[in-house]
Amino acid sequence: MSILVDRDTKVICQGITGQAGAFHTSGCLEYGTKMVGGVTPGKGGTKSEHGLPVFNSCHDAVSATGAEVSMIFVPAPFAADAAMEAADAGCSLVVLITEGVPTLDMVRAREYLDEKGTMLIGPNCPGIITPGQCKIGIMPGYIHKAAENGTKSAGIISRSGTLTYEAVWQCTSRGIAQSTCVGIGGDPVKGLNFIELLGHFESDAETDAIIMIGEIGGTDEEQAAKYIERHVSKPVVAFVAGQTAPPGKRMGHAGAIISGGEGTAASKVAALKEAGVAVADSPASIGESLASLLA
Amino acid sequence: MKVHEYQARELLVDAGVPVPPSHVVETAAAAVDAFETIKGQVVVKAQVFAGGRGKAGFVKLCNTVDEVREAAKFMLSNRMVSVQTGAEGIEVKKLLIAAAVDIESEYYIAVVMDRARRCPVVMVSREGGVEIEVVAKENPGAIHKRWLHPHLGLQGFQTTQLVAALGFTDKAQAKAAGRVIRGLVSVFYKYDCALAEINPLVRTKAGEVLAIDAKMNFDDNAVFRHKKLQEMFDPSEENEMELRANDHNLSYIPLDGNIGCLVNGAGLAMATMDIIKLHGGDPANFLDVGGSVTSEAAIEAFRIILSDKNVKGILVNIFGGIAKCDTIAEALIAAANEIGFDIPVVVRLEGTNVERARKLLAEANIAALIPAEDLTDAANKVCAKVA
Repeated sequence: MSILVDRDTKVICQGITGQAGAFHTSGCLEYGTKMVGGVTPGKGGTKSEHGLPVFNSCHDAVSATGAEVSMIFVPAPFAADAAMEAADAGCSLVVLITEGVPTLDMVRAREYLDEKGTMLIGPNCPGIITPGQCKIGIMPGYIHKAAENGTKSAGIISRSGTLTYEAVWQCTSRGIAQSTCVGIGGDPVKGLNFIELLGHFESDAETDAIIMIGEIGGTDEEQAAKYIERHVSKPVVAFVAGQTAPPGKRMGHAGAIISGGEGTAASKVAALKEAGVAVADSPASIGESLASLLA
Repeated sequence: MKVHEYQARELLVDAGVPVPPSHVVETAAAAVDAFETIKGQVVVKAQVFAGGRGKAGFVKLCNTVDEVREAAKFMLSNRMVSVQTGAEGIEVKKLLIAAAVDIESEYYIAVVMDRARRCPVVMVSREGGVEIEVVAKENPGAIHKRWLHPHLGLQGFQTTQLVAALGFTDKAQAKAAGRVIRGLVSVFYKYDCALAEINPLVRTKAGEVLAIDAKMNFDDNAVFRHKKLQEMFDPSEENEMELRANDHNLSYIPLDGNIGCLVNGAGLAMATMDIIKLHGGDPANFLDVGGSVTSEAAIEAFRIILSDKNVKGILVNIFGGIAKCDTIAEALIAAANEIGFDIPVVVRLEGTNVERARKLLAEANIAALIPAEDLTDAANKVCAKVA
């Protein structure tokens, strides 16, 4: 078991003929993801460099291939529109990798996707991976570990890219597998958040524990803490990046900013600790904390 | 992105929000001319991004030509030092000369993005003229909020509710206040604001409703589609090194410590600052080189870090994913050869092609480069080196 995606998930790539789209489609294919086609307006009827069929629209792609998920590498000015097109075409999950999407575009797109019943991951995220089965995004596949008989598995939810790889690597080096890892992205308005994914992992039989990696900005971690207290029985390890970040400064990610006294790491850590979460004080001890909870 | 008060006023005026007559000037002589055109008491206000202008003496009420000339001269020839500027202060290049008004009451109006609800929210309060964070803390009930539907935006009934919450009873004044709210909301949408604030909005003794001061922040991700904002951008208000970093697709923020950081990924970059602190050191900066760093960008990143004379050691922390470790090792060696490090550079590499990267670094045999086993080892080593 896993959450949201597995070896049977059929995926298309919007922007498959662009540099990033083509490169990462190759990476996903190599990992074993069922990539079934791509979308580039004006190039319908051709084949991509991977030999996959290219369509003019998501509708054409979905009706021809039966794809359920779209991975989007469309440039930021058009990314929200691409997500809505995927939802309208009937995709149940949209993974929006693109960085730099205007926030108001995401406000409108997220509402549209909600109306269509389409889930969104991102934007500005590494994507989602179920180790050994399906990788949709830009993460290095080989650092992950698929569950085998007897190994414990963690589900990972993170607002950061490379910090997630760090946590994954710490687990893998200790022999702990990952059920599914989801990078929810570093933007202020996004798709699936900690709470929805905590719910998915709580009910996933293969997930033994959960790692959540937060950072400064907003109140998502505080809300997640309240949710964990009431609804999550599995052990949760957390790390919050940005303890040393100054207020009023955007720390790389569009959403990583302390403003008006809101969004400090201290507030998030306190809320998570109060909810019984094991908060690692060092980014190097995430795996260790998890291992001791699973021992 | 931020703009100056006079620029924010310009956007408000375009949206039909009334403001007192005013002029933007760059010399004391022009300030006097503005005073004579306005005819009457004026407020001279320094145009800088930093707050705390009033307390610093950079907002002055003036009644005579001499007072205006003196205030303008003072503001244009002295650096403004406030709680928000740091001890070195900032240079003032422009002044806003605005007609002073007889204030009956002050209000607060703002539109901000509510991240948790994923839509903009309009906030109003009868407690204008003071910092809204203070009101939010001490008297949260005094702030009234209405959330804007993601697709439908501000509705008429919401405007009516907000005007009523502000306590406007006079029909003409209520209408004017409604116009201000609609105007502010339209600016928020039109220019992709992250924050659009009028503080204070005032009712004058004569019954006029006027915006006295305005503050706006814009979504950096959306500036590309607003030519007007691009023209308003004032690079002199930004940190020079941050701008230089931006030109190379690097994300850099200077801090007060003495350990420079070079990291790939924003989250890992923050976590690297955190682990330095945890091991007793002090980070000198946030620096994210991004996912696909080139040798040129890495060299520039080192130059930027080293331009901070407080830096006594550097921690390079790379988790190679798409960006391969060996590429980064090559960039490191090139940077060492080109710049010549005279301070210790602790290097922690993990991920894609790490074995080849370690070999390259060992072969290069650069004295300043100190390899680390893992993140904790790296933090310990760099903290020990600068201690």
